[in-house]
Parts: sequence; C-alpha cells; structure tokens
Amino acid sequence: MKKITKETYLQWYEDMLFWRKFEDKLAAVYIQQKVRGFLHLYNGQEAVLAGSLHAMDLEKDRMITAYRNHVQPIGMGVDPKKVMAELFGKVTGTSKGMGGSMHIFSKEHRFYGGHGIVGGQIPLGAGLAFADKYFKRDAVTLCYMGDGAVRQGSLHEAFNLAMLWQLPVVFICENNGYAMGTSVARTSHSTEIWKLGLGYEMPCGPVDGMDPVTVAEEVHKAVDRARKGGGPTFLEMKTYRYRGHSMSDAQHYRTKEEVEEYKKIDPITQVLDVIKDKRYATDGEIAAIDKRVKEMVKECEEFAENSDFPPIEQLYDVVYEQEDYPFLPHKL
Amino acid sequence: MKTIQFREAIAEAMSEEMRRDDSIYLMGEEVAEYNGAYKASKGMLDEFGPERVLDTPISELGFAGVGVGSAMIGNRPIIEFMTFNFSLVGIDQIINNAAKMRQMSGGQFNIPIVFRGPTASAGQLAATHSQAFESWFANTPGLKVVVPSNPKDAKGLLKSAIRDDDPVIFMESEQMYGDKGEVPEGEYTIPLGVAEIGREGSDVTIVSFGKIIKEAYAAAEDLDKEGISCEVIDLRTVRPMDSEAILKSVKKTNRLVILEEAWPFGNVATEITYQVQQHAFDYLDAPIVKINTADTPAPYSPTLLEEWLPNKEDVIKAVHKVLYK
Ligand SMILES: Cc1ncc(C[n+]2csc(CCOP(=O)(O)OP(=O)(O)O)c2C)c(N)n1
Ligand SMILES: [Mg+2]
Repeated sequence: MKKITKETYLQWYEDMLFWRKFEDKLAAVYIQQKVRGFLHLYNGQEAVLAGSLHAMDLEKDRMITAYRNHVQPIGMGVDPKKVMAELFGKVTGTSKGMGGSMHIFSKEHRFYGGHGIVGGQIPLGAGLAFADKYFKRDAVTLCYMGDGAVRQGSLHEAFNLAMLWQLPVVFICENNGYAMGTSVARTSHSTEIWKLGLGYEMPCGPVDGMDPVTVAEEVHKAVDRARKGGGPTFLEMKTYRYRGHSMSDAQHYRTKEEVEEYKKIDPITQVLDVIKDKRYATDGEIAAIDKRVKEMVKECEEFAENSDFPPIEQLYDVVYEQEDYPFLPHKL
Repeated sequence: MKTIQFREAIAEAMSEEMRRDDSIYLMGEEVAEYNGAYKASKGMLDEFGPERVLDTPISELGFAGVGVGSAMIGNRPIIEFMTFNFSLVGIDQIINNAAKMRQMSGGQFNIPIVFRGPTASAGQLAATHSQAFESWFANTPGLKVVVPSNPKDAKGLLKSAIRDDDPVIFMESEQMYGDKGEVPEGEYTIPLGVAEIGREGSDVTIVSFGKIIKEAYAAAEDLDKEGISCEVIDLRTVRPMDSEAILKSVKKTNRLVILEEAWPFGNVATEITYQVQQHAFDYLDAPIVKINTADTPAPYSPTLLEEWLPNKEDVIKAVHKVLYK
C-alpha cells in the first residue's frame, strides 16, 4: 500500500472536510427547495471513502454504490460542480439533470452509480468485475452497500457468483447502524454482518469505519487479493450517519446522546488531531484549508445556480442509443 | 361524516379489519415502530403488538413470499411495499405464486392477501422511484387491482380488499397520504370492481383513477366555466374493470378522454380504448384521446418532469380536441 504520510493526512483532512461541507450545503439548498426529491447525506461516514480511495489504484479501479452517493464520485475525480449541478437538475450535471441525488454516474472517472433500489448495485458490482476478468484487465471493483441492503437476496446471489467465478470485487458494507429507522438488531438474528461472507467461504471481516487508516489497510489487503486473482472479499465497515436517513426523518429511533457519542470519534476530528499532534500543519495552514473548502463549496453552488435547466428534447435524447427511436406520444 | 386524512383512512381500514379477524397481520418495512414510512399504520403496533404488526428487513422477495405461503394455510396478510417500485424485487412471488396458486392447484388454495403501498410519481424522485405498474399487475390473471383516489374510497375499498378471498394489489400515493376527505362515521365497505361517477356531465367523459384524477377534476372545473360539461369517472378498481360504467357514460356523452399516469404503451387506457371502440363504436363522435406520462423513464429535472407528467392543461386540450373546439 502507498505509505500514509503527512500529505495523506492533509489530503484526508481537506477531502473529508470538503465532502462534509458539500453535504451541508446540499441540506441548506434543499430547504430552499433548489434541490428536491430524496437527499441522503454521507456525514459521519467519510473515513470509509477516504481510506478506500487511498487503497485503490485511481487510474483503473472502479466504484459503485447506492443512493448515498454525492461525494464518492468527487473522490474518484469528478468535478464537484457537476455533482452539485446534477442535484439542482441542471444540464451541466453529471447526468445532465436526468438522475438527481440518487443517481450520480461518471464513465470517465469509473464511477458506476448511484443506485436507488436497495441492493440493486450488488450484482452490478460483480458484473463490473466479471467484465474486467473477462477482458483480462487488472482493475478491481469496490462495491458498497448499506447494512439494510445486505438483507436483499441480490447480495446472496452475487456473493455466490463472485466466489464461484473468483471475481475481482471488494464488497463493502457501510454499517451505519440503521436502515432508515430500523437498527441492524431489529432485522436480523445475526447482527455481525461481515459473517455473511462465511457461508460462501469469502474472506471477510469487520473494520473500524471511523478511522481512515484502518479502512485503508483492510481495503488494500482486499484490493490486492482481488488484483492478484484471489477473488472477492467482504468487509463490514462500522460507521455512523449523523444526519437523518433523508431529509424528512424525525429520528425517533435513536437518541441525541448516541449521535454525540459517535461525534467523539468523528473521522475528520481524528485526522485533525493527528495533524495537530504531529505538527503536520500550523494553525494558519489549517485555517487556509478550511477557507479553501468553503470557497470551493461556494463555487459549486454558484455554478449549479447559474447553469440552465436541460432543454425539453433531452427527455427523449438519452433513453435509447438508437437515434431515431419512435417514441409514442403521451398527450396532444 | 367525519374528515380524515388518506393515511388515517388506510390505518382505520386495516385496524378495523384486524379487530374483526385475527388471522390478519400487517408486514413490511418500517410499518411497526416507525408507524409506517408515510405514517399509514400509525398506532397499529401499539394496538396489535409485534406478532401482528411486523417490521421486516429490506427483503421484498422474502416477505412477499412469506405472505403468500402463510395465506395458503390460514392467514390473511397485508403486505406493505414502501412503494410499488420496490415490489419489483419481490414481483416473482406476486405473479408466479399469489396470482397462480389457485388455478395451479385446481382451486385448492385461494390466496387472500393484500399487497399495498404507494404507486406512481411523487415529485422529483427520478427514474426508479416514479413508476406506475397498475397495468403490469392488471395484465395478470389471478390478481385484482385497486387504486383509490380519496380517503372515503381508500377506506371502503381497502376493507373489501382485505375481506376478498383473492390476491389484491392496492395502490396508494405518497402525494395523497396528507389529503383530507369526508368518510362515513360507522362501518362501511365499497365493493371492488365498481367505478364511481365523481362528477356528472353531458358533453364528454373523462376516465381516470388514482392521484392523477385530481387533474381531471381541476380541468372539469375550468371547462365548466367555458360551458363544457365533463363527466368524470373514477375507475377505483382497474381489474376487474367496470366497463359498463364507462360504456354507459360514453353512450351519453359520445366523447372520451382517458387520463392515466403510466407509460403509454399497452396501459390501462389502451384496454379502455379497445373496449369502447368494440362496444360503443357507433356512439363515438370523435376518436378517443388518452393522456399518459411520456414514453420515457421519469426525469429528475423539474422542467423535464413537468413535461413528462400529465396535468390539467393537457386534459383541457384533449377535451377541446374531442369536442373539435
Ligand atoms: C428494494 C428497495 N426497498 C426499499 C427501499 C426504500 N429504502 C431506501 S433506503 C432504505 C434503507 C437502506 O438502508 P441501508 O442499506 O442501511 O443504507 P443507508 O441508507 O443506511 O446508507 C430503504 C428501505 C428501496 N429504495 N429499495
Ligand atoms: Mg444503514
């Protein structure tokens, strides 16, 4: 694995802070009704992404996840302005405004969605890995899912296929404690999600998902195994989401104290503590990062705000590859 | 009469039936402790307890099938899908098992089950969360499909659906749960398969069902000011279809507009169109017009969504067209 250096920490700090502030901005503009529909924010889970990115080969590896998906593509290299514009429903968005919050995609940056149907992306992740194996490419796919998603049949079928064909895929469950308002313990006899790998003899284990260092180490082992032909791995990241499931969630299913407990091990604070302890940056340098992040978020908002809505013809332009597809009329 | 919300009508129907018959249970994601993702089962866990109001994991295939299996030997399950978009994960159990069990077993096993939840679009939720599968389910022999548009019908029809000895697909809308309407104080049911004339009129018939019918009523209101009298028929049940009510109205008005929130290819409106031209061809003074959602997945962007989803103006245009105005 690439060494974890001062630069890594500084990058982690800036990235994670940016993701956090990006999501906060989305929450703010949601209230202003500039972003509509569902809005699932990543706050609290940033270490999973930061650690994973460190372990990946960003020149070739792939990523796919569920609908909590605004910041992963940014991590993969997508211009955050385009992600923000997508949420505003603008033509400059990653999907030209067609997909919205739950459906961010980037072919260029090997980010394969953004999937709204719980568990739907799990076989897709295996499929990406299948194609890489088929074409003898040495790319690895990281396929993320929630703790709720692991109860879908799709996971079990995909696990079996991935093991049977030894596909280069790392399945990562981001166990943030809840599927909407339902805790893990209320929906399964077995609460240790990582053990789902055991039935398929897939290498598996639990990981502290609040610490990017641990995440990076464990993901790296899995990615390395996959790249060397050793097949899939299943990792359960123990993490936490600070905000509600989506925007209309009164959160009666948990206490404020529980949320506060997790904030004590906040990934951004953990990284910042190391930076300060090891004197990787001065207070002035840290303040400069904070300022840069704030400006970047503002730029994203301005870009999204100032972009145009898509032209009406686009409704039909992006459905089929066939250019002259004969759509039926739906009204006069 | 009393005024209640649509979500309360749903909860009342389920609760009244569960008090009457203890073989009924309610199962689905967030139905118990959270009181329903859209609060349509509020208070039910408290009243009936966790044996009869069950939260499930996100395992639609599993719990749809558990519902069907338990219905083979005595239960009368109500299975809630958080939305019918997610029923696709479990649709095999509905189409291959619930719908076919009675026929395959030569009449030995009827399946008295209700699958319910919201259907169709609900704002900018984009492609996978804005789908209307009424016509998919209605295409399947063995199923009945009910789509109420107001609290009174929701309560009366849901009670009938629960009492029905065959599988019923019961479709609501996120955007209707907050709607208020008058419902009778006491016990009542509304039979499945019977349409309602929601507004009487003489110049043109508009057939619709579910949430989108509000656009038909709004159009009828506007058209009335122009001196055009619209008869609005609320199908309420899509399968079996109350063709008689449609034909009777068309024979009176001689003009038909159908408003359905669904993709245009082979939908419920298509079936109505076939039946009317077959049985009332000579009564028609203009070709039938159907208004649907665009022939594309739902877009996210607000401007495109507005174009995609039919509205009052589209209905007014269609009425003008069939009246050659
Ligand atoms: C098949 C399906 N069923 C239900 C839903 C509704 N739904 C959306 S997110 C969600 C909870 C998922 O929780 P989890 O997998 O833990 O992911 P998290 O939201 O915590 O990231 C549910 C039930 C859905 N989108 N798809
Ligand atoms: Mg979760």
